[in-house]
This record gives sequence, C-alpha cells and structure tokens, in this order.
Amino acid sequence: MSATAKARDGREEVLSLEGVSLVLSGREILHEVSFAVRAGELTGLIGSNGAGKTTVFKVILGLEVPTAGTVQISGRARQRRNRAIGYVPQRVDLDPDVPLRARDLVGLGIDGDRLGVPLPSRRRRQLVDEMLTAVDAQAFADTRVGQLSGGELQRALIAHALISRPKLLLLDEPLANLDIRAEQGVVSMLRAIATEQGIAVLISAHEMNPLLPVMDRVVYLAGGRAASGSTEEVVRQDVLSALYGHHVDVLHVHDRILVVAGKDEAHHDEAGTSSTLAPRGLG
Amino acid sequence: MSQLEAILNGIFAPGLFTSEPVRVAFLVGGAVSVVSAVVGVFTVIRGQSFAGHSLGDLGTTGGSGAFLVGANPLWGFFSFALIGAGAMELFGVRRQQGRDMATGIVLGAGLGVAALFLYLGTVERSTTGATITILFGSMFVIRASMIPVFAGLSVLALVLVGLLYRPLLLSAVSEDIASARGVPVRAIGVSYLLAMAIAVSLSCVTIGAILSTATLIGPAAAALRVTKRPGLAFAWAGIIGLVVTWLGIVLAYDSYYWPPTGRRWPVSFFVVALILSVYLLSDLSSRLSARRVAARTTKAP
Repeated sequence: MSATAKARDGREEVLSLEGVSLVLSGREILHEVSFAVRAGELTGLIGSNGAGKTTVFKVILGLEVPTAGTVQISGRARQRRNRAIGYVPQRVDLDPDVPLRARDLVGLGIDGDRLGVPLPSRRRRQLVDEMLTAVDAQAFADTRVGQLSGGELQRALIAHALISRPKLLLLDEPLANLDIRAEQGVVSMLRAIATEQGIAVLISAHEMNPLLPVMDRVVYLAGGRAASGSTEEVVRQDVLSALYGHHVDVLHVHDRILVVAGKDEAHHDEAGTSSTLAPRGLG
Repeated sequence: MSQLEAILNGIFAPGLFTSEPVRVAFLVGGAVSVVSAVVGVFTVIRGQSFAGHSLGDLGTTGGSGAFLVGANPLWGFFSFALIGAGAMELFGVRRQQGRDMATGIVLGAGLGVAALFLYLGTVERSTTGATITILFGSMFVIRASMIPVFAGLSVLALVLVGLLYRPLLLSAVSEDIASARGVPVRAIGVSYLLAMAIAVSLSCVTIGAILSTATLIGPAAAALRVTKRPGLAFAWAGIIGLVVTWLGIVLAYDSYYWPPTGRRWPVSFFVVALILSVYLLSDLSSRLSARRVAARTTKAP
C-alpha cells in the first residue's frame, strides 16, 4: 500500500510533503507524512481531533520545523514569509472592539505584514471590492468584523487570504461552527475558487462528509500517520485499518461514509460485508 | 467688544492665556494626551489595559525615587516603566494567565517601594506636595525647559505606533495569521510595549501616575465605540484626548473663582471626569445606533 499519491496528470504540485516526521518534547506528533497538493484541486485533510491536522498546517506554514523529511512549495524548499500561501486559521477570537470592517480585514491581506500605515488608493479599493465580490461578501463589507456571523467571518477571512494571489490556500477546520447552509455555501465557494483560479486548496476537517461531493483528493490522518489518494483509494477498510493500527469499519450509508472503530472479531466480520459496498456520490 | 470680553472672561478666567505655566500646560498636556490616546487604541484592542495600568503604577516607584534623589520625575517614571515593560515581557510570555500573575506580582512590589520612597522623601523635605504631584500629576508645574524632552518622546511613541500599525492590526485579528505571514509577533509586541511605556510615563507627569490609565484607555475606548474604521479610531481618540485635557485645564483654572473661592481644583480631576462622561456618552450612542440597526434588519434573516 502506497501512502503517497504520485502525480498522474500535468497539474503542478504546489505543495509536497515527503516523509515529514515531527517530534515535540519526546512525543512523535507526525510520522513520515507524505502527500502532494495540486493546482486547481481541492484536497481534504481528514482526521479526528488530535490526529495532527493543525500540526501539519504549522509545518506547511513553517511555524514548526520537521524533525525529518522535506516540505516543498512549487518544487522549492519553503521559506519564511511565504506569500504563495494563504491561510485561514481554525479559531479567530475577535475582540468586538477591533476597529475593522470586513473590507479592512480583506485589505490587510494585501500588506498587513508590512510596517507603516497603508495609503488609500483607487487600485487598493478596487482590489478589495473584487475580492469581496468573489466571496459574496459585499452585503457585509462595511460591518465591524466582531459583529460578523461565523459564515460571514469565514468568507472575509478567505478573501483576506486570497487577495495576495497565493498558489496554495490552507483552511483549518473552516466548516466547524457553521450551520448547514453556511457550510454548503463555503464548500461550493472553495470548489469554485480551486477550479476557476487554479489555486491548490487544502481543507482540514474532522468530518469528511460535507467535503465528499467536492473533494478531488483526500489525505487521511490518524495518530500522526497519513494516507492519501482519491476517496475510493483511501477511505477503505484495509487502508484505514492499517493507518489506525487496529480494525476500523468503513460504512457507506446513502452518500455518506462512516468510519467506525471495530472493537472485536464480530465487528470485523460485519465490516467485511459493509466495505464491499461501492462508494457513492463522489465528485 | 467689552461685552464679548465679558463673555469670554465668564468662560475663561482672566489671565488664562497670559500665564506662562498655563501655556506650558496647554502645550505639553495637550500633546501628551494625544500621544496617550493614540497609543491607547492598541492597548484596548490588544486587551492590555491591565499592563498599561501597571506601567503607571511602576512609574510611581520611579517617579517617587527620582523625587527622593532630587531628579526630574519624568526620568524616574520613564526608566521604571521601561523596566516594568521588560519584566512583564520576561516573566509571562504567551500565557494570558501567567502574564496577569507576573504583572500583578511585579506591580505590588513596585507600589510598596513607592510608598517607602514617598515616605522618606516627605520626611526629609517635610513637604507633602510632592506626593500629590507624583500620584495625581500637575500640569501647572511643568517647566518650559522640559518641552523638548516631552516633544521628543511624544514623536518617538507616535512613530512607533505608526510603524507597527499594520502588523498590530493583523495580530489583533489573529496572531496565527500574522505569524504565518512572517510577522515577528513577539518582537512587535515588545516594541508596542515600549510605545506604551513612553506614553504612560509622559502622562504620569501630566495627569499623575495613578490616573495615567484614564488618558491611555478612556479616549481610545470612547473612540472605538463611535467608529468602526481603523484610521478614524485613532483620529477620534486623539481629538477626544486633546479636548478633554484642554477643557480640563480651563475648568481647573476657572475653579479658582468657584465657591468657596480661592481654591484651585486639580486639572487631573476634571480631565478624568470628562473622560468618564465622554465614554458614557459614546457608549450610549453606540447602543442606540446598534438598536436602530437591529430594528432595520429584523425583517431579513
């Protein structure tokens, strides 16, 4: 079983991790994680809480240095202050007093890392307006960021990340804390961003089902190990059991997939039958 | 003409604009208020009000020490605020709770030493006026020769805030995003602490060590109630700081003629009272406008 998906078409590998391991205070957080993310594709980084998703993001962002292995952005070793990466973190605790409108937040995406005060310009305003339109955020462009709903803030943060035209967009649990309608809106918007702008989009989630219809590829994380490929290749009883190091069942219920930890032999037998069901509803 | 003069004299007590100490108070007090208010906007945004207050309390130690040895209190305020900022940074980094406790411990020790210095100083010089001046400030006793020092430190604080403007705003949104984009979040935080130490030690002289938090936090908090735009927040904070200070000076000067006559009330009292009023007004107006917005948008989910 190969845990690494190799390039099978001409799409550029925007991000590739090769054998990345990370040991923090004697504990191995990541073990030989390898996967690639390609331009125009939407990749899901799936795993339960504590599986290492946020750590993988930190390694990609250069905030953690891997103990072993390499991280490449567009075929080159990653550097600090990498403008090729747009990042939307999992939690943004905004003080309601912060004097920023959604459009100011998006504007900070252009040059928020530079010193000094930004000078207003028509070009800047146009760029911000374009981005706000792209994420369908014009309706709340002038609302204070502390007063945005979860879905609105998510859109503003995505626009903030996209405005510097990154090649890779990282979103850490963007669907957590969203209601179903907001969730579908964000998912389809991200799909469109990947396809239309040719950006490589990597989304982490503990729940893969909302992403199933739009995901080109999945990276499944468990206990710091990863398996990657298409959903059919990865989300299977044998692959995931090997990854978890114990037996798991993969159940297809309508067009949802349930991964269930099997505890004894009885479960194992049942799993044998359920895993033969063909996956459905996959984009 | 004489009628206008009478009206003016009714508002501004005679001699207000001709007195040298009053002119120095207008100039230095006004400038310091603007600096303090502008720096304070980020103090409020970053939730560092407590740190700001403790810089003032530590300044008390330095100011009273300077008084004891006969040096200019400004240098005492400034050096101790700097030491305090450094200590806070060293003791508790990152962890909010650790930082709070570290700040509290450093603070208590500093005030204890200030109490000793003030006691020794007043015993030695047999004067209690200095204690009042250190703790509650006095704009009317600032010497004109100190104006260049005040100007230099004011400019330094404003330049720092201007430089750190974008990284501080980005960090206020999310430190994760900021560090992912290569912003040295910790260095930015330390540099801002320096700006805060300057602003606080300047207002220790004008408004007093105990009350310096009021000019740091008050105008900024009020400004953040009335505007949601970053640039305007700084402008409003500066304007509010300037107006309350100047008005405070006028009222304090006038108060000499208030019954019982012959007693001048401290400027600091008026400034702090005005800051509180402005804050309450701005809070009220923001609540009212929030209610209006809510009423307008209830029809659509």
